[in-house]
Amino acid sequence: MHENFQEKFKDLYTKDSDGIYVLDKDDLHSAIKCLKDEDEFHFLVDVTAVDYSKYLYPKASRFCVVYLLRNKDFKEIITIKSFLDDQTLEIQSITDLFQSSNWAEREVWDQYGIKFLDHPNLKRVLNHQGFEGHPLRKDYPIIKGQICNETDDLMDEMIPRLAKKGYTKHDDLMFLNLGPAHPASHGTIRTFVALEGETIVSAVTEIGYLHRGFEKSCENHTYNQIIPYTDRLNYCSAILNNIAFAHTVEGMLGLTLPDRAQFIRVIVGELSRIIDHLVCLAANLVDMGALTNYWYLYNPRETVYTLFSKLTGARLTNSYMRIGGVAHDLYDGFEEDLNHCIKDIEKGMSDALSLVEKNRIFHDRTQNIGVVSAAEAINKGFSGPNLRASGVAYDMRKTAPYNFYESFDFDIAVGSVGDVYDRLMVRFEEIRQSISIIKQAMNKLPSGDIIVNDRAVSLPAKNDVYNSIEGVMNHFKIITDGVKVPTKEYYRAIEGANGELGFYIVSDGTGTPYKVKVRPPCFAPMSALPEMLEGGMIADSVISLGSLNIIAGELDR
Amino acid sequence: MAVGAEAIFGDSVITTKLDSAIGWARESSMWPYIFGTACCAIEFMSVASSKFDISRFGAEVVRFSPRQADLMIVAGTISYKQAPVLKRIYDQMTEPKWVISMGACACSGGFYDNYTTVQGIDSIIPVDVYVAGCPPRPEALLNALAEIQKQQLKEESILKDRVNTEFKGELDA
Repeated sequence: MHENFQEKFKDLYTKDSDGIYVLDKDDLHSAIKCLKDEDEFHFLVDVTAVDYSKYLYPKASRFCVVYLLRNKDFKEIITIKSFLDDQTLEIQSITDLFQSSNWAEREVWDQYGIKFLDHPNLKRVLNHQGFEGHPLRKDYPIIKGQICNETDDLMDEMIPRLAKKGYTKHDDLMFLNLGPAHPASHGTIRTFVALEGETIVSAVTEIGYLHRGFEKSCENHTYNQIIPYTDRLNYCSAILNNIAFAHTVEGMLGLTLPDRAQFIRVIVGELSRIIDHLVCLAANLVDMGALTNYWYLYNPRETVYTLFSKLTGARLTNSYMRIGGVAHDLYDGFEEDLNHCIKDIEKGMSDALSLVEKNRIFHDRTQNIGVVSAAEAINKGFSGPNLRASGVAYDMRKTAPYNFYESFDFDIAVGSVGDVYDRLMVRFEEIRQSISIIKQAMNKLPSGDIIVNDRAVSLPAKNDVYNSIEGVMNHFKIITDGVKVPTKEYYRAIEGANGELGFYIVSDGTGTPYKVKVRPPCFAPMSALPEMLEGGMIADSVISLGSLNIIAGELDR
Repeated sequence: MAVGAEAIFGDSVITTKLDSAIGWARESSMWPYIFGTACCAIEFMSVASSKFDISRFGAEVVRFSPRQADLMIVAGTISYKQAPVLKRIYDQMTEPKWVISMGACACSGGFYDNYTTVQGIDSIIPVDVYVAGCPPRPEALLNALAEIQKQQLKEESILKDRVNTEFKGELDA
């Protein structure tokens, strides 16, 4: 509950039809401070902005900034927004309250051009530094690319960081780029470090090398057309992204899915979570030189790919969800294939664990490396396995169950220290728990529809399309206009493989979203990386990064 | 009937053209540099692992130093921010070198027809083989590798420089 906030600010806020608190921009900082200090809203979910210039209904001003916060048991979420003065476009930064807002605010500046006052380092984060304009503004043409000739040297961030640590002269330091094209960068992430010997004195990370304009593309496609784009966010577990997006849109439509569809989502979703963890573990162990584990852990993934190809038609980018259900039913022989997958996964895991579980080298390399305490992790916006490794039992499947997760018997794996070891071991345990969920779901799998039987949402049967004019029209309207979603601003999330994977969608009642903002789970941990690395050895930086399971697709979008 | 050296030494020698011998050697010992940025890089992991096993084609020695590699596989979306990095690494590779553009994004920008994505890496660096798919199946990448091998066998002469001096990319001054 947020009584203190309601009591203190009762004359200052209004609550709009979507349940969002609207405050004046000058009161916003104190309101968020009150929520954090007095009502224990410790977790900043996301910060974003909306440009209403082309919105169908008039708003107080062109831009507003949106903040989403969760309370300490993560069950309650509050959305606050503030309209800005169109002339100045300024608002007070909340970086003094939440460390995770640092990059989030930089992104809003980058994409919308909103200035956050007293922000420590308000520079672009996704687009290159030479970029002109702000691409998510409605007047920025989607295809207007801007050529970049030079990479940022990052010294503007490095020098103040070094000065804070007492380095004014840099003659003895060695500067080194890890990435963006580096075998240990897990995608296209750049970490720029200053070294004294092999010790990292200071680090700066730069992202945006895989910024693919997901959010702008969403504004130009219908809801079902966006599903293939979501595949490519976290491409290691594409189906979970599909589910997260469809789940949000279904929330806006107020749909309840048929039981069978929900169970299928649980089964394929958990399978995706498993293969996501497998990639993370396999790659992270290779980072430590344990190459054999890569084959042990990666090969079961191939078995799952084969199952996914049969089920969805694609190995990696499945696009298996539709608004209102799933694309097709399970095929004959699915259960047999699934059991085969599970056996392979269990074997791969036990083989890998037999090599590392009691391995002194593995323990020495991972324990007490890259430690993030529970309080820090929450303040920095960690979620999912990374947060649980620090000992916080936050799992959306438990705190806000969806798709009957409350009816499955499973445990939340938590760590105690929050080091690389915990982050890896939590993932191993989560694979076991996911296998258990899949088995329970297969036992209880009900029969019935796999998509809602609502002619405004799902496509009619092919028989109707080919044999009746109503069927053809129905099909045509859904394909060309898209599923019409009521006017709303809405946030909903699921437990993705990496943590809280949510979508904030603004709809203007048409078949195309007005705005889509994804809350990528690895964005916040990435911004916390420099502090994890500083003081450590360069070899540890590689495994620290790997243990966070940063996936560039969802990081940069 | 054998003549020349083969007549004297029997089966213990083979006479051939130097170019064919070098082409044959190159064909089975490509050292790829994986410029992996996105989803396609995950499929490359499959190509490298046991089931598809790129080592069957002699190209398993993945080098992350461009100086040691002769085949660049661009696996994934290239954004404008990434483009100078791609060009720099391509320039650092020594001749002779080949480039595979893996997947829809690298070939044409794919369905990311927007402000941030380079609409095909061939506007930055020259490309030898394009692979369709989003992402392509591992077999498709292996097929592209076989295409490169065919090209290598057909190389006219090692004296002829492979460098395409006429190529002018967006980032070439």
